[in-house]
Amino acid sequence: MSKLTDKNSYTIIFSVIMVLVVGSLLAGVAQSLRERITENERFEKQQNILYAMGINDNRGPSDVHFVPTDVVGEKFDTYIKRQLVIQGNDVTEDPEAYLIDVKQEESRAKANADYQRRLPLFIGEKEGKTLYIVPMRGSGLWDAIWGFMAIDENFRVAGVFFDHAGETPGLGANIKERYFMDPFEGEALLDNGTFKGVTVAKGNNDPRNDRKEDHKVDALAGSTITGDGVTAMIKKDVALYIPHIKKLIEEQQ
Amino acid sequence: MALLSRKERNLVLDPLTDDNPITIQVLGICSALAITAELRASVVMAISVLAVMAVGNVVISLMRNIMPGKIRIIVQLIVVATLVILVDLILKAFAFELSKQLSVFIGLIITNCIIMGRFEAFALGNNPWHSFLDGIGNAGGYGIILVIVGFFRELLGSGTLFGYKVLGDSIEKTGLYALGYENNGFMVLSPMALIVIGIIIWVQRTRNKELIED
Repeated sequence: MSKLTDKNSYTIIFSVIMVLVVGSLLAGVAQSLRERITENERFEKQQNILYAMGINDNRGPSDVHFVPTDVVGEKFDTYIKRQLVIQGNDVTEDPEAYLIDVKQEESRAKANADYQRRLPLFIGEKEGKTLYIVPMRGSGLWDAIWGFMAIDENFRVAGVFFDHAGETPGLGANIKERYFMDPFEGEALLDNGTFKGVTVAKGNNDPRNDRKEDHKVDALAGSTITGDGVTAMIKKDVALYIPHIKKLIEEQQ
Repeated sequence: MALLSRKERNLVLDPLTDDNPITIQVLGICSALAITAELRASVVMAISVLAVMAVGNVVISLMRNIMPGKIRIIVQLIVVATLVILVDLILKAFAFELSKQLSVFIGLIITNCIIMGRFEAFALGNNPWHSFLDGIGNAGGYGIILVIVGFFRELLGSGTLFGYKVLGDSIEKTGLYALGYENNGFMVLSPMALIVIGIIIWVQRTRNKELIED
């Protein structure tokens, strides 16, 4: 006599029930937690933008602490003076510009040549200095990497924030560590008016990053592809904003 | 441990030493190589696997008599994947910072061969309590190796432990670095993890000759 659990009909019924149970369980949990998760993600974006412009809660020389979530909305409104959406030659203000999905805009522009992608740009003010904060998005070794770069009026990097979806822990994942992000500060983006970006360079031989005019920061050991991804991301995304920032600076004068 | 019988105690203690999933059964090598460049990452991964392994073993054990044999591997995969997604969602909602740190590890748990191996080899044929203990033991054995490898790789590769500079500052040349010591960059790369695990296996088999296969 064969066992009940060996029958084909049993197998099919079992799998149908299991899929239904697991599917509804996951869907239910995801649905009930969605509001909290989107809220958290919104806070995170504000925290990241503020971090790039140097507004953070760092206590020591090596930790990364964001502004706490309960005050982040308030701080964001204080420090970010304008949020612009650039679409072709149109520049509009939008208080929700930080919620624009950069990935979606990029793929829409790629799929449809006529589509002018919307570029969010944040203008912040810190200690009397105007900072232009631009979002970046690219790919690392395994998955997406993204970040924000704050640029001052002399086109030098005022601060950066990087994050990643799935880089190797201990190697590529360290792009979000202070010892990788801090050296970007002060690096020149332009060379005689042409955009050079900042290259994550091996064999740079400048561990303290004393040379700020060489458009290079020290790479991380064992994370060549992730580092190259950061370089490419800066070249690709920051370049889009340079003419617009130039125009904004001219308008102000 | 009067709480546990002799057999139950062995279920927990054996995998920690003489039946270690990494060094004896050579399972779960992939994550042991990939994420042990830092001690903190090793500890986090060890704890995550412990949680998924213990719960997963119990769930599989409860289902063992009603599970169709033909699709048992698929069922096991679905159980791990469901648990992992649940943990991920709950962390994202209630401990967002922690979930940012864990994101990669959580995905890696699904593909950890130790988990599938224990479901298949143990939980399918034993009661939930024993399966729970087996899960704790094997995840513990996995965790111990991860922490040992992470300790040596971070100390010798970066000169830090849990991110603290225990050997001095390598750029400013203080502490040990003032004497001409240098970090071994090779320790940070995955091949060195394999060599460290190899050394652990060597030490373990030298101490206990019964483990040597002919």
